Amino acid sequence: MANILTVDDSPSIRQMIKVVLAPAGHNVIEASDGAKGLEKAKASRPDLVITDLNMPVMNGLELIRALRAMPALLGLPIVFLTTESNDAVKLEAKQAGATGWITKPFKQEQLLAVVSKLVRS
Amino acid sequence: MTIMDPADVFRQEAADLFEALEEALLDLGQRPDDRELIDTAFRALHTIKGSGAMFGFDEVASFTHEFETAFDLVRKGEIKPNEDLITVALAAKDYIRALIEQPDSTDTIIGDAILDELRRFIGPNDKAAFRETTYAAPVAASGRAGWKLQLAFDNQILRNGSNPLDYLDDLRKLGACLVTALTDDVPLLEDLEPEYCFLKWDVTLHSDCDRAAIDDVFMFVQDEMKLECLPIMAAEASTLVPPLAETTAGHSLPLDTVNDGSQSAPQSDRPREEPKKSDDKGISTVRVQAERLDELMDRVGELVIAQARLGQLAAASDDVSIKAIAEEIERLAASLRDTTMGARMVPIGSLFGRFRRLIHDLSRDLGKPVELITSGEDTELDKTMIERLADPLVHLIRNAIDHGIEDEANRSAAGKTEIGRIEISAGHAGAQVLVTVRDNGAGLNTARIRAKAEEQGLLAPGATASDQEIHQFLFHPGFSTAQTVSALSGRGVGMDVVKRTIESLRGSIDISTTPGQGTTVTLRLPLTLAIIEGLLIRVGEGRYIVPLSAVEECAELSAADERSRGRDFLNMRGDLVPFLRLRSLFDIAGQPDSFQKIIIASAGETRVGLIVDQIIGSHQSVIKSLSKLHSEVTMFSGATILGDGSAALILDVAQLIAIGQGRSESQTVNEAA
Repeated sequence: MANILTVDDSPSIRQMIKVVLAPAGHNVIEASDGAKGLEKAKASRPDLVITDLNMPVMNGLELIRALRAMPALLGLPIVFLTTESNDAVKLEAKQAGATGWITKPFKQEQLLAVVSKLVRS
Repeated sequence: MTIMDPADVFRQEAADLFEALEEALLDLGQRPDDRELIDTAFRALHTIKGSGAMFGFDEVASFTHEFETAFDLVRKGEIKPNEDLITVALAAKDYIRALIEQPDSTDTIIGDAILDELRRFIGPNDKAAFRETTYAAPVAASGRAGWKLQLAFDNQILRNGSNPLDYLDDLRKLGACLVTALTDDVPLLEDLEPEYCFLKWDVTLHSDCDRAAIDDVFMFVQDEMKLECLPIMAAEASTLVPPLAETTAGHSLPLDTVNDGSQSAPQSDRPREEPKKSDDKGISTVRVQAERLDELMDRVGELVIAQARLGQLAAASDDVSIKAIAEEIERLAASLRDTTMGARMVPIGSLFGRFRRLIHDLSRDLGKPVELITSGEDTELDKTMIERLADPLVHLIRNAIDHGIEDEANRSAAGKTEIGRIEISAGHAGAQVLVTVRDNGAGLNTARIRAKAEEQGLLAPGATASDQEIHQFLFHPGFSTAQTVSALSGRGVGMDVVKRTIESLRGSIDISTTPGQGTTVTLRLPLTLAIIEGLLIRVGEGRYIVPLSAVEECAELSAADERSRGRDFLNMRGDLVPFLRLRSLFDIAGQPDSFQKIIIASAGETRVGLIVDQIIGSHQSVIKSLSKLHSEVTMFSGATILGDGSAALILDVAQLIAIGQGRSESQTVNEAA
């Protein structure tokens, strides 16, 4: 059971993540953009952050950099969602401090696999 | 809390997105340079594409992808959102909406037409792959015993939320792992940055997974690590074994005794159930040039000698830190020695494998059906020893089939099974390895050996000799009782060569037979050739080594035993053990020390007591062979160099026992007379 923060401007993606992760015993917290995500991350100290990259107000890369700058959240696994299969985006996000990524579209099992890879009980 | 069906959420969200998209597209017509509008439109498309694919709207996803590609060019400023593009975009938007809301009544022809329109805006070279299969299913690979990995992570890896230990756990899910942490790069405590990862790992993964499965484990950190990944190929052992399947076809041999190449069956009638065995063997054979191993062994030998010198210096020193370091080095040298010797150890099973073919061929050539039963294949011996054992064993097996096993007619006449049997077994006995070759043939013909020995002038006619002694003639050069010289044996070279080879390996050979039941040849071999644990003793001024493996116990010689001169027997808890006074044996003048010590040494079943002046302690002895000048000396098997640079002779316990036994026999005879 882990606290998982999902940051995405798409409610359906957030819902999808919740539908998959809640039955697996995780507590899913939602935020609709990077700025809200950062606030919720400070407040709830999640065990994992799943964030989109394209978002209004504060995009995913900015969120990742902001999270990495917080000493209290050191070592927090951050996964970003990307439709881009090109490596430039991945590299940029990794340099920003992301731990891993999930390529959209993803299947439930893939999401679960990534979560269980980065969140250990 | 009720969780809504995400697909419904998507439809709702899509409706909102379409409105936002339409609005943005229409506004773009007015203000084609408004970046905000372009971003909004792009984001809407992006979400529709991504989510659509996830909720099963594949048509939507692939269509929107092309739409998005076109719009990406707009976003990058490569094409201007002119009136034409806006018109097509709006049509496309309507089409997508129809795809989502009325998927059944929407004709894809319309979509194709819109796409053709859109493609006019896209350059011909944009063919980015849309779907990426990141999760490649592991494909089973054969002929591979596993992987050798070295993991070196970027030292910032922990900061990015990855835990290397988790990856090791993931590797363990692929198969059994042998993980060694490499601490070379860990800095001193004062320089240690706790958030950084300084460790590297060596992993031996026993799994038939393919490379992709391993890459999957590290997919997130591939750019932040160095991953060396070498396949461990399947057993070298299995390649040593000649393919038997084709040669056994059409032959009367029971197949199950020969068809299993890499391993041998302990019981021919029992199915083998060790499929993992060959894998293990594959892992245990990393190919290293033999000379390197020999060189390594030499170095270790030198190290052990140097260490002994250091140990002696340290013992004489008051400096505690020197003593500590000397102890440390002693421990390291000992474990290095064991590891090095271990690296040279090869399971004897690799040798047994060759014999299957040999027996199969011999059995066919001679028309005697023979089955081979082997046991103790896992017994390990020094590589050099294994190599040099091959020829003697081949010879013994040839002899067993040629002379030992009778033909079918004779066997059934003797009431035996028609199929002859040869058993080769190996096993440990103390620090020795016993290898036996046993056949269930006719046994040795003692009378014929005797006749032959007399004919060759080796034995005076009519002289008394025990069967045992007569059998020893078999090892005499040029001795053969075979009445006809066959292609296989009977040429009179062989048993003497076998004996010489075994002795050169510091081993011994015994032969025993039961008429009508068969013959057993037993080879006793030392585990290793180079270094032994010895017990350092002093007799007079000289120091000697008794191989520790032969030492059973040490005791003080009681005054009562001391007095019983002439009757050199000791009562060891009810057993009479003959003993030898090494002082008198070595002709050392002068008074013995007042408290004599006794060492009970054994070889096989027999024991002998050795009376010495002082027991100094254990000593790692690098065996140096004696020069040719000393070839007549039988009591010593070699020499070693002590810490102070002087030499000590190594006692040959087997020979001493023979001397002790000889004395006890003569004494028994004297007493009987």
